[in-house]
Amino acid sequence: MPRKFTPKVVTANRLLEGDAVWLTADGRWTPDMREAELMDEEAHAELRLLAAQSQADLVVGPYLADAVAGAAGPEPTHFRETFRTRGPSNYAHGKQVEL
Amino acid sequence: MYHYNDFDRAFVQERVNQFRGQVERRIDGSLKEEEFRPLRLMNGLYLQLHAYMLRVAIPYGTLNSDQMRTLALLAEKWDRGYGHFTTRQNIQYNWPALSDVPDMLQALADVGLHAIQTSGNTIRNVTADHFAGAAQDEIADPRPVAELLRQWSTDHPEFQFLPRKFKIAVTGAAHDRAVIQAHDIGIQIVENAKGEIGYKLLVGGGLGRTPMIGKVIEEFVSQEDLLPYCEAIVAAYNLLGRRDNKYKARIKITVFENGLDAFRDAVNEQFARTKPAFSGVDVKLFEEIRAQFAPPAWRNAPVDAYDAAYEADPLFRSWADTNLTAHRAEGYAIVSVSLKKPGQTPGDATAEQMRALADLADLYGHNELRISHEQNVILPHVHKSDLPALYARLREHDLAAANIGLVSDIIACPGMDYCALATARSIPVAQQIALRFEELKLEHDVGPLKIKISGCINACGHHHVGHIGILGLDRAGVENYQVTLGGSGDETASIGERAGPGFSADEIVPAIERLVLGYLDLRSSPEESFLAAYRRLGPAPFKAVLYPEQEAKRERADAA
Repeated sequence: MPRKFTPKVVTANRLLEGDAVWLTADGRWTPDMREAELMDEEAHAELRLLAAQSQADLVVGPYLADAVAGAAGPEPTHFRETFRTRGPSNYAHGKQVEL
Repeated sequence: MYHYNDFDRAFVQERVNQFRGQVERRIDGSLKEEEFRPLRLMNGLYLQLHAYMLRVAIPYGTLNSDQMRTLALLAEKWDRGYGHFTTRQNIQYNWPALSDVPDMLQALADVGLHAIQTSGNTIRNVTADHFAGAAQDEIADPRPVAELLRQWSTDHPEFQFLPRKFKIAVTGAAHDRAVIQAHDIGIQIVENAKGEIGYKLLVGGGLGRTPMIGKVIEEFVSQEDLLPYCEAIVAAYNLLGRRDNKYKARIKITVFENGLDAFRDAVNEQFARTKPAFSGVDVKLFEEIRAQFAPPAWRNAPVDAYDAAYEADPLFRSWADTNLTAHRAEGYAIVSVSLKKPGQTPGDATAEQMRALADLADLYGHNELRISHEQNVILPHVHKSDLPALYARLREHDLAAANIGLVSDIIACPGMDYCALATARSIPVAQQIALRFEELKLEHDVGPLKIKISGCINACGHHHVGHIGILGLDRAGVENYQVTLGGSGDETASIGERAGPGFSADEIVPAIERLVLGYLDLRSSPEESFLAAYRRLGPAPFKAVLYPEQEAKRERADAA
């Protein structure tokens, strides 16, 4: 039986800076995951991923990541994705101080 | 030390220019990512979780002070003020912007450094004993051989697309500080009955998914045969190595699946081809390289200042007892500068600290520095009379931790704080263990103990050869830490055995504490190290302290 589709966001790293970004509903790349488009439908998610893959001049390695709706917008479900929204734990560098 | 000749300079400069053009073409869209990715990896540029990462080779861990200043410059100008020294004697910068990387490579090229072959399925940075040229116990300095191998392997046309990456380490002493048994090729300098210097060659060692201890393929290879023989090994591997499965592509699997004897036959067949192609120019080149590694002019001076400070200052004494190693020259010491102050990220140095170390190498260290695979910095040649002044300066720069070889001198890979391959974090685990043992004030009592932490199965943190190894994994979406016991990376190398079920992030530090405190009760005397006690007693008593609940259950069952 195929696996049940779980909600997703499109995420990638920016070409120039290399930092983590997420695709918004209006087609922007945002460093704030809460602004990302949360997609409940698989077919729509695949289309958005295709759109992201065509933007090789802006981002590298787009993929679909699991997410859930939170109070302020989509939130990660896996710790790896959580770290990408935050930055490293050993220094106050990255999004935890930049956003 | 080796200085680039015109050929080296021209070659590295050409590569910088090429990469500058490649970056420009990627940014203007004429190169796709799939086209660019192998090009950036050939130049040590990875894309990690939060940013690009540039890995710069420090050949056989040797640097002069100008090179160290350039590493500081890169950290300050194009990164976030620090660099991370790795277990392969490289330095990694965690935050460069793509468009800055060509300038970084140019700054490196200007002082004879590069990032070539720090990634990809090629022969990587050749590593060596970090005490090379200074150790009392070495037969010969391993660095001239390592430099010869660097020149031979750099841009070697036959070896740019090997089945998988390939790592070589060299030691000049029987006591192995370079972990040669965990390398694709391990080289030990030896002396035969006739007093001739040659090389004992090991193949097929490695850590990662399938850890294996290297096997001796030849007991004695002469200087004239060394490069042709190494070329034959890599050529045989290039043909026999599996390309169908990434996890079975390293030479350790090739040797394991074919058997050492069959692999040696394949090497000898290649050797018949490679040997005639080496006209002796390699031996001549080796002699030229070796001349550049002549020891500095040792100073003959009294060591009263050292003796007086040692008597008078208990902090200096403690540091001297842990961080100094006997030097081959009278009146000198090898200084290990710890980058493991409890709470610090293992292997990280700020730009300011790198500059301070460069200045100290100028002042007191014959202009030489080393990076150890254990992620510390070595000043290999310091006269003992300069040690009190050196120690005072190290304290000013927060570089005076007296913990070399002790519990808090932990190896840790960057883990999931930075690395895209990681399955869990390693740095916070290392920080917490070190802080906990600082609190307990026990580590000098515990004595020599190597804890090594990797954040994934690839084992950059060498956990398999840690006396205590910790492997961070993702278990159903939660960080989980497996413990291995009894590993060793020296001449008595062994792969650690898995102790049992893993621990959560909250449980791992108390588990290590139980283990170390348990060892204090188990050892036969304070002279018996953790590893020696483990080897004498076997895993059972250590597992009992690590898993007290299972032990209690077992005791109840026994009693019933």
